[in-house]
Amino acid sequence: MLGPYTTRALLALSLFATTLPGSAAGAADEAAPAALRIGFLSVAVKQPAPEPYLDPPPADEGVAGARLGIDDDNTTGRFTGQQFALEEEMVPAEGDVAAGFRRLVGSGIRLVVTDLPKAALLAIADLPDAKDVLLLDAGTEDDELRAEKCRANVLHTLPSRAMLADGLVQYLVAKQWRRVLLVVGPTEADGAYAAAVKRAITKFQAKLVDEKPWTYQPGARRSDTGHYSIAAEVARFTQGISYDVLVVADEDDEFGDYLSYATTDPRPVAGTHGLVAGAWARPHQEWGATQLQDRFLHRAKRWMTDRDYAAWLAVRAAGEGATRAQSVEPAKLTTYMRSDKFELGGYKGLPLSFRPWDGQMRQAILLYDSRALVSVSPQPGFLHQFSTLDTLGLDRPESKCHLP
Amino acid sequence: MPSAVSKHHRSRAIAALALASALWPAGPLRAESVLVSNEKGNSITVLDAETLTVQKTIPVGQRPRGIVLSKDNRTLYICASDDDEIEVLDLDDFTLKPPLPSGADPETFALHPDGRHLYVSNENNSLVSIIDIAQRAIVGEIPVGVEPEGIGISPDGKWVVNTSETTNMAHFIDSDTHKIVANVLVDPRPRRAVWTADGKEVWVSSEIGGTVSVIDATSHAIAHKIAFAVPGVPSEAIQAVGIALTKDGKLGFVALGPANRVAVVDTQSFEVKKYLLVGQRVWNLAFNHDETRLFTTNGISNDISEIDVPGLRVLKSVPVGNQPWGVVVRP
Repeated sequence: MLGPYTTRALLALSLFATTLPGSAAGAADEAAPAALRIGFLSVAVKQPAPEPYLDPPPADEGVAGARLGIDDDNTTGRFTGQQFALEEEMVPAEGDVAAGFRRLVGSGIRLVVTDLPKAALLAIADLPDAKDVLLLDAGTEDDELRAEKCRANVLHTLPSRAMLADGLVQYLVAKQWRRVLLVVGPTEADGAYAAAVKRAITKFQAKLVDEKPWTYQPGARRSDTGHYSIAAEVARFTQGISYDVLVVADEDDEFGDYLSYATTDPRPVAGTHGLVAGAWARPHQEWGATQLQDRFLHRAKRWMTDRDYAAWLAVRAAGEGATRAQSVEPAKLTTYMRSDKFELGGYKGLPLSFRPWDGQMRQAILLYDSRALVSVSPQPGFLHQFSTLDTLGLDRPESKCHLP
Repeated sequence: MPSAVSKHHRSRAIAALALASALWPAGPLRAESVLVSNEKGNSITVLDAETLTVQKTIPVGQRPRGIVLSKDNRTLYICASDDDEIEVLDLDDFTLKPPLPSGADPETFALHPDGRHLYVSNENNSLVSIIDIAQRAIVGEIPVGVEPEGIGISPDGKWVVNTSETTNMAHFIDSDTHKIVANVLVDPRPRRAVWTADGKEVWVSSEIGGTVSVIDATSHAIAHKIAFAVPGVPSEAIQAVGIALTKDGKLGFVALGPANRVAVVDTQSFEVKKYLLVGQRVWNLAFNHDETRLFTTNGISNDISEIDVPGLRVLKSVPVGNQPWGVVVRP
């Protein structure tokens, strides 16, 4: 079914297949436009319901961003004689991800946006079929995938945990909130987040005054008066410690929301809850972000999440590569994407580009709560000899990944 | 001494104005005024161009951004972006008249030299709409790139240039056929498109690229690219936005956004002659009618700055409304 938007785009395509000076323009006038098909590969993950149950994860998280990215690529493409399409492979929970990948590659696709957990992504990247395929990872924040376990055929558009932690700790240092109490949840992801925070604390010379594991499992928090026991536990947990800010590592939303306003001393909460460091945020309106928020709201009927944004970035990066390289040949446009000429507008001020040493997309980190954009890192004064964005995450000299 | 002369001149002008307004309330002897749209303040600020005193603040629709004067200078058209209409402000009695249609989310626009048509960029749906002012109707829609932004019309009215922020192009549109004849790829996030007075070049600013592309209007090739560097200001804070070119073809002024400076460019050599420190997040620029003064909107410091054009120095800044965006000078 063609919506009004599609109809208009097709009409525009036929009317305005015009000359881009210096490009393969004549081709657009007579022949069909050059087409690039981009794969989208995801696997459903069975998640426990988040606590509190206010924001159930959207069913189309991730792929909704990729779909909008294709719309944006095509709006540009109608002036360059290029067309873009998304081929979606949504593998059910515990399904065969490799088979989904092979279906995409078997149909000739060489660029695949992935929204996969770490292990599944590594398994796909190491398949012989993936040798000449570029994977655009829009689903992991894992630091190992950008270090010991980096792969030459993978680029990452979500910020790494190291980047999130650096963005947060830069702000804490700028505020002179240097003494950090770190509260760490039970999962492996929480441990990885905490490790990134500790690295950032050392890097920017903040101070870790204590690190405490969160083990309390309130049984009755939804029952009447359940908040009493939680508040009492948080007060007890934070008693007798002298600190400026509580940084929480709770990636699965198990307890982080209950810490604010319940600590013994009046201290702000930051990290995965409270003042959150992330790639994208609902209150973000600067640098034209309102336009992207509006387009996404209109198309997906909900707000954009980090994973939606990362998938949008991945598809837009491919589109921008095709525009600038004036080619939809995967080899040509990916060479341009990886080059130091590549600049992508990401509605966060500085243009985004890929780090050549580990394939990570450079980008600013937003610091926000549910209603306000509080700050954007890199913070003023954190300098770098090449790009201030490289003050966030693992820089070339310290990286354990050295892509050819 | 020039300043004394101008002061003297000014008091005489004020006296003349007082006399004139007593005799002919809406007469032509009225002094120039500076009109500023306040994006967050939802208002238009009117200042006396000589004294820079605020004369009026007029509440208008939501998120007013682009503003443009009618050919007879008696009407101000206002893009009320969040109200999806163009407001019509009568500058004789400062009342709002019935609005014009605009298409969705109008951001900026330009008046065709025929005085009868407005070309509007509809940021949210990738269109340029053509509004017939007398008919009060949208008489054409031209699909363009993602997030259309600046619109510049050639002095002879033949060509309309529209920039698209996410597609990163300057589209050249034939104003007779409404067809796009060329798409010029420029640096990321293009903003304004401003024609030189001789109609030979179009200057296009790129906010994220931090450059100005000077496009040859005949060949549609980028003839020059102007880059900016301010000592002590990080390159990422240099974002080119507003452009103003003198009619004598000698000077170009480029607002550099969060660099808080206006660059002065020699339009023959394309060298940057000077950087003028103004308010925070300088966005748009407008000359007075004899081009002795240039006014800038400074979005974060909520003020406008006045630049002495022959002297290339900043004279003063005065507060206006919340988040000033557009500026025009009414003769």
